[in-house]
Amino acid sequence: MTHPPAPEERPATGAPPPVEVRGLVKRYGELEAVAGVDLTVNAGDVYGYLGPNGAGKTTCLRMMLGLIRPTEGTVRLFGRDPLQTVAALDDVAGFVEAPTFYPYLSGRRNLELLAAFDGGDASDRIDEALETVELTDRARDRIGGYSHGMRQRIGIAAALLRDPKLLLLDEPATGLDPAGMRDMRLLIRRLADQGMTVLLSSHLLAEVEELCNRVAIVRTGKIVYEGAIADLKRGAGATYRLSTTNDGRALAVCQAQPGIGDVRTVHGKISFTGDDAAVAVLSQALVEAGALIHSLAPETVTLEDLFFSLTEGDGVVNGDTPVGQPAPAEASR
Amino acid sequence: MSAIEAAPGRRVTAQPRSRPGVWTVYRWELLKLRFQKRTYLGLGAAIIVPILFVVAVHFRHHRDNGGDFAFASYLTKSGLVFPLVILLFGAVWLFPLITALVAGDIFASEDHNGTLKTVLTRSLERWQIFVGKGLTALTYAIVAIALTGTVAVIAGSIESGFNSVQTLSGTIVSASKGLELVYLSLLVYLIPIATVVCIGLLLSTVTRNSAAAVVGTLMISLLFQLIGVLPGLGALQPYLLSTQFNAWQGLLRQPIDWSPIVRAAWVCAMYAVPALGTAFLVFLRRDVAGG
Repeated sequence: MTHPPAPEERPATGAPPPVEVRGLVKRYGELEAVAGVDLTVNAGDVYGYLGPNGAGKTTCLRMMLGLIRPTEGTVRLFGRDPLQTVAALDDVAGFVEAPTFYPYLSGRRNLELLAAFDGGDASDRIDEALETVELTDRARDRIGGYSHGMRQRIGIAAALLRDPKLLLLDEPATGLDPAGMRDMRLLIRRLADQGMTVLLSSHLLAEVEELCNRVAIVRTGKIVYEGAIADLKRGAGATYRLSTTNDGRALAVCQAQPGIGDVRTVHGKISFTGDDAAVAVLSQALVEAGALIHSLAPETVTLEDLFFSLTEGDGVVNGDTPVGQPAPAEASR
Repeated sequence: MSAIEAAPGRRVTAQPRSRPGVWTVYRWELLKLRFQKRTYLGLGAAIIVPILFVVAVHFRHHRDNGGDFAFASYLTKSGLVFPLVILLFGAVWLFPLITALVAGDIFASEDHNGTLKTVLTRSLERWQIFVGKGLTALTYAIVAIALTGTVAVIAGSIESGFNSVQTLSGTIVSASKGLELVYLSLLVYLIPIATVVCIGLLLSTVTRNSAAAVVGTLMISLLFQLIGVLPGLGALQPYLLSTQFNAWQGLLRQPIDWSPIVRAAWVCAMYAVPALGTAFLVFLRRDVAGG
């Protein structure tokens, strides 16, 4: 599975990006639910919008869809303001929180209603959309009797009716069983491969890491990182685990070695950060100090590590490199 | 969902999307009403009340011929009197309640089901959704009143015959003229009922709670009635909503007295326009944060 190329690798077309949010603020009295969010989702991105509960993700998505008026700031979808005209949503579909429907109408009737509200040839896509989410057999049942997973799937079907270029999905895999989550992931991947831009918020960090090429991580209404996942990991610095014949001496060597930082013992092994050159010099120093190396391996930093560091910690992941910095591409904007 | 391979293909050429409008909303709102129990509750009442009234008159008139209200003594002489008596007694509570069942629910149920965000992210402007829903609530009120009137005419004519009617001025009009006056009366009665629709829409958008909006609408109607009977407030009587429910009686005078009908029009507008305007602005500007 390959991620879409990073935006900076794509040729500039001059077309406005699918999502451009600038200085977005939403206050409810004293509470600042969204505190100055800036983000750009480029065409072809599969963009993860991450944050703990209450961080303002859904409020932000609702503002993007024109459901909530921002206190300050602007949202542009393909260059158009969803608050000014519903035409801004012409190439946009998706749902915030759980997709919702009229429980007393059947699945098909709900889709017919939404297709009528979409206009154009949306009604021609109903059968295809139902088939895609494998609900053709249950289409004539009332939605009130659908399971949560079926509602998520009919939510995707409702989105596909609009033949969107941008899909906004809020926790699309929430409440699904493992097979449902896998299928949802495959569907999103497939839609992205067809050229659809996807903005999804999710708590499933492994899913985001697998699907998304770029992420924004939000904490208490503020974005603490926006950019490519690869840049985020690079910014976190390489972390190594070391085991030697004399860990006590090795620890002292590590602490004294230039270029090596955040030295500590984790689960009986020495953990430190440093670049390749510093680690090479360190390994020689260890041998000279009589601490022969049993194992020295770089530790893989997961998006989850970075997420928790950014949203719960101090923005530093296992080292001295703050990761809450914009990626180079973002910083240059 | 393993048949994901069948995901719909992307459109090749971008064509301008033909836009839905108020008519689309109106048509689908009517269809949605067909699938909701409250629709049949209200329409059922609109049918059953006149039938029960005719049955009650049937069993009563052998013991006590007549009463102390307008048209009472004519109930056994012409079936055309039945809809007018029902208008007289159902004015302040029955039809406002039936009307409120839909007007008070039409926006609040979207909040309850969480479907407002679903419809507002399609291709319709908010004002189009508001107008479509408002027209639906009004249509429902019109259907309910027409249904009551028609059932009352039919059941009443079976009971007392399709005969001439005496007007409030004492003149006798033919059965066909009487029928015309009945339906004109129902039409005039729609003026205050349209106001009730507007109040229902306002409460529906503001409270976002069906029960509160339905009960609130009925309470407001009854409150006007209460104010009307309070001592010392007689001067307010002509300007109360409850008074306008009787404006149709002007049609049953010879010559027709248009003054209560004209007054009903502007007095009702005085209540309806601010209510509808506020509901419209609230719906247009509200944050859809729930659901």
